[in-house]
Amino acid sequence: MSRQTIYFDHNATTALCPEARQAMLPFFEGEFGNPSSYHHLGRKARASLQASRYGLADIFNCGPGEVVFTSGGTEANNMALRGAAAALRRRGRHIIVSAIEHHSVLKTAEALAASGYDVTFAPVDDQGVVDPQRVAAATRPDTILISVMSANNETGALQPVHELGKLSRRQGIVFHTDAVQAFGKIDLGTVFEWADLVTLASHKIYGPAGAGALLVRNGTPLASVITGGHHERGLRGGTENIAAIAGFAAASLQAVAGLDEKAARIGSLRDRFEARLLEDISGICINSRDARRVHNTSNICFEGVESESVLLHLDLLGICASAGSACTTGEPGPSHVLRAMGLSNMQAQGALRFSLGRSTTAEEVDTVAAALAGIVEKLRSLSSL
Amino acid sequence: MQSEDTDEHCPEDLSADEPAPGEQPPEEPVLFYNETVIDHFTSPRNVGEIDNPDGFALVGDPACGDQMKLWIRVEGGYILDIKFKSFGCPGAIATSSMATMLAMGMHIDDARLLTDDDVVRALGGIPANKEHCSLMGVGALHAAIRDYEQRSSKKL
Repeated sequence: MSRQTIYFDHNATTALCPEARQAMLPFFEGEFGNPSSYHHLGRKARASLQASRYGLADIFNCGPGEVVFTSGGTEANNMALRGAAAALRRRGRHIIVSAIEHHSVLKTAEALAASGYDVTFAPVDDQGVVDPQRVAAATRPDTILISVMSANNETGALQPVHELGKLSRRQGIVFHTDAVQAFGKIDLGTVFEWADLVTLASHKIYGPAGAGALLVRNGTPLASVITGGHHERGLRGGTENIAAIAGFAAASLQAVAGLDEKAARIGSLRDRFEARLLEDISGICINSRDARRVHNTSNICFEGVESESVLLHLDLLGICASAGSACTTGEPGPSHVLRAMGLSNMQAQGALRFSLGRSTTAEEVDTVAAALAGIVEKLRSLSSL
Repeated sequence: MQSEDTDEHCPEDLSADEPAPGEQPPEEPVLFYNETVIDHFTSPRNVGEIDNPDGFALVGDPACGDQMKLWIRVEGGYILDIKFKSFGCPGAIATSSMATMLAMGMHIDDARLLTDDDVVRALGGIPANKEHCSLMGVGALHAAIRDYEQRSSKKL
């Protein structure tokens, strides 16, 4: 059976863009130098690393020294939380993170809590948005760090990070934002006006997996988490993944080029998708519908069906989407994000995430919407509820 | 005060999955489930309800994931008809479908002896982390038989 893949899972990862691929090729074809080496191969690698660093710095209007390359978003989040907590432990032990953070923040916060830090998990409203006043009320004289993501990976809901960042800065609290899902979707050119630490990941913006960055605003206290070398200002020991970093930098340029037009195009496809579903399928609910959301993400609860069953039917049709829960992903129980928004276990059980991207077409949107209508009808007809 | 040097993270035993020397890595199937499971998932057998059943069971908890309803019609100790409905994952749907197929036409004394393993074997296996789903079909069958027996003892 020949079939075409329809990829509606861009929040999970993206296809490598040609510009990133092109930027990486030299390093697979002879330019294998270690940027720390003295000789000409080393210097070439060093030059590439510098170019990547300056490229990122340009995009975020920061200094090149404020760009710390990592292996990806998870490492950057670990570096931010563990590094800031360690650097500031004499000042205080209290950390605030939102309840809907990615697990690389949540689990790290839990680990810090287990090692003597005091962690507050800030709640969200029914739209999946953090209330800045609740965060403000949770701050204490010994609060050292607040970490709230810019956009949620499951619902796409944008968080009040400007406000939270400014609130933090007024109180001398370090503010970290996981901007992995926001980069390339909203303008982050002035991110240091409100954030001190910013997490980025390459493979969500059509770059290769294995690269990411933590932007570290000058003067932000941060202890080294991965010790070993002088690399990355001593913050991250280890020979740099030059190829992936070059790909990341090239993809970053593409991510911000014509951002508004891309966002408008993909956003209108997302709206078309949701309109179709609302028209064709009863008993559905669009999560974070009333929140400001990134343009590509649609998180939908289908009443009376279980998400993995929908996912498998889609997969058999060549359609890639993702479920907020499902033991298939190794994460037991329903999505912590949807639960934090007050959805019942059963509602969260029927939630699916569709994340559109550059390659998405109107035809694909219509195909997936029609497929979903059929699948949901079929599953409901055999549902015991 | 808590010591900061305590182990905050103990990784699971990594040697458990370690392959023997020379062993090839297991091949990851393109499909998570095998073809028989997919077949029973996409075309589940014996879906529906039975009016005035001789036995009925409701098992599982939708809030925890899966729920299943199962109806049987029994004559002379034999299961002459069996139908189910399920709110659940592909594993739950496929195992329920297979359980009803195995039980159809069986004497209740034999049906009572059906196990989860029988269902999983008939399906050619299901992924390890999905094995708990197979409990439901057989559990519902056994519960429906118990219900049938209670109803018939009341009639006597």
